[in-house]
Amino acid sequence: MNFELVRGICYIAASIFFVFGLKMLSSPATARKGNLVSAIGMLIAVVTALSAMAEIRWAWIIAGAGIGSTVGALAARLVKMTSMPQMVGLFNGFGGLASLLVGWSEFHGRWAGADATELFTMVTILLTVLIGGVTFSGSLVAYGKLAGVIAGKPILYKGQNALNSIILIAIVAVGVFFCTRRLGGVEASGLAGVYVALVVIAAMALVLGVLSTIGIGGADMPVVICLLNSYSGLAACAAGFVINNNVLIVSGSLVGASGIILTNIMCKAMNRSLANVLFSGFGSVTSAEGTGYQGEAKPVSPEDAYLILEAARSVVFVPGYGMAVAQAQHVVRELGEMLSENGAEVKYCIHPVAGRMPGHMNVLLAEANVGYELLVEPQDVNPTMKAVDVAIVIGANDVVNPAAREDRSSPLWGMPIVDVDLSRTCIVLKRSLRPGFAGVDNPLFFKDNTRMLFGDAKASVTQLVSEFKR
Amino acid sequence: MDLDPAMMPLLFFIFVLAMLLGVELIRKVPSQLHTPLMSGSNAISGITIVGALIATGRTDGEMAVTVLGTLAVMFAMINVVGGYLVTDRMLKMFKGKDKRGGKS
Repeated sequence: MNFELVRGICYIAASIFFVFGLKMLSSPATARKGNLVSAIGMLIAVVTALSAMAEIRWAWIIAGAGIGSTVGALAARLVKMTSMPQMVGLFNGFGGLASLLVGWSEFHGRWAGADATELFTMVTILLTVLIGGVTFSGSLVAYGKLAGVIAGKPILYKGQNALNSIILIAIVAVGVFFCTRRLGGVEASGLAGVYVALVVIAAMALVLGVLSTIGIGGADMPVVICLLNSYSGLAACAAGFVINNNVLIVSGSLVGASGIILTNIMCKAMNRSLANVLFSGFGSVTSAEGTGYQGEAKPVSPEDAYLILEAARSVVFVPGYGMAVAQAQHVVRELGEMLSENGAEVKYCIHPVAGRMPGHMNVLLAEANVGYELLVEPQDVNPTMKAVDVAIVIGANDVVNPAAREDRSSPLWGMPIVDVDLSRTCIVLKRSLRPGFAGVDNPLFFKDNTRMLFGDAKASVTQLVSEFKR
Repeated sequence: MDLDPAMMPLLFFIFVLAMLLGVELIRKVPSQLHTPLMSGSNAISGITIVGALIATGRTDGEMAVTVLGTLAVMFAMINVVGGYLVTDRMLKMFKGKDKRGGKS
């Protein structure tokens, strides 16, 4: 029997499982099964790979897989839903690092044996190490920013883009040297130089990953996480080209495509180009020109807010990152239930960039047991916003800033927002009148139909709930 | 097992088609499932485990290859196991009207 053929068929089967798994992720009803289907695909691929090994070194494999599985399982079990963005960021980084190591070990094997190596393979080894390295160090920085280990503010300095460009040019130069020294053709004395070149490239990739991520601010993290997600797929894809394996190429490209689409959705939701997110260090630049809207904000007490809500027939919650910080999702769900028991139609409108990763608020509300049919997008709510009695904004700011619609000079101009200012009454839960991450003042706070409920989001919502219980 | 140059266009062909397929598949995923999509696709990118396993099994190399391969197995496994488990944990929470206990 031809084992190569059987293995090929198994790899195709694994790829099909991945494709159907992703397809089933497009509906909340089938998503969980889809994830399982995808995991079965992974199992098939792993078993097939074991059968392809020239010599199975069980001790090594069990040690590596054992440690990896334990760490992964513990992290998956223990992580809080609010910390999901940084954990996904960290996992991305490990995927990139694994691909880098695969490229490196393949190179080392060829190098040690001085195997004749095609230019194509040299280029793909280079790409695997490069993309894997950028993914790894970039993800670590993203993790640090999201977890609050390093400052979330964009770190900017003079000549930042110039320095990044110099590193990129240096990588290309060393890369050309590396790729044109095909291993088999090099004299023994030249072999060391090729190895040094690869190490230098790996080091520069790590530096580039750090430098290109530190200039990006906290609220732009959804874009960065999506982009790094895409990179981790592309790194696996490049590793597939190195070892000439289709299942790596197929699944790597699926992940790469997924990350690119999400990146695109995030950029559109902020009305900015990818280049603008990556190179401009938003916020730090624009805060200087904040015009400072004039007017009087109308504060409201929880008792009065309760009276407004008690009379409301339709209520829309608009959560933002502040809800995650305050861990307020459970009391928000409780308030939502009380409102619907009171006869109001309750919806939760989630802006695509609310939170620190795409879909972050949806997960938090799902955790709090809010049914997914109540979670809607801005385009579902905006057309009927005028008929909404009360819009409750919890810890969101830039995504409800009407300046995006009204003020051409605003840095947020053109960004799709949730039109809460058009609702009959808008209650904003906020600690202070401080502008949002983008450093842009929010005229919403000074509108006639806006009431400010100052204080910690969780405490305020809890108070509202107890008013209802009374 | 060096690459047959004739295979190159075929690999690119697979790459391009898989990319297009990915775009079509992911486009249909609603925004409320974007976080599980990311962690789930993250788990899939752990497919590099296949390359890592093959690397640890190489007989022509040296100890360094085995060590590098084992490290790759470890990191890829974090990705695979952690990614699938956390995605499952998240998706378990997404419930429709009928499946939720109680009223709301």
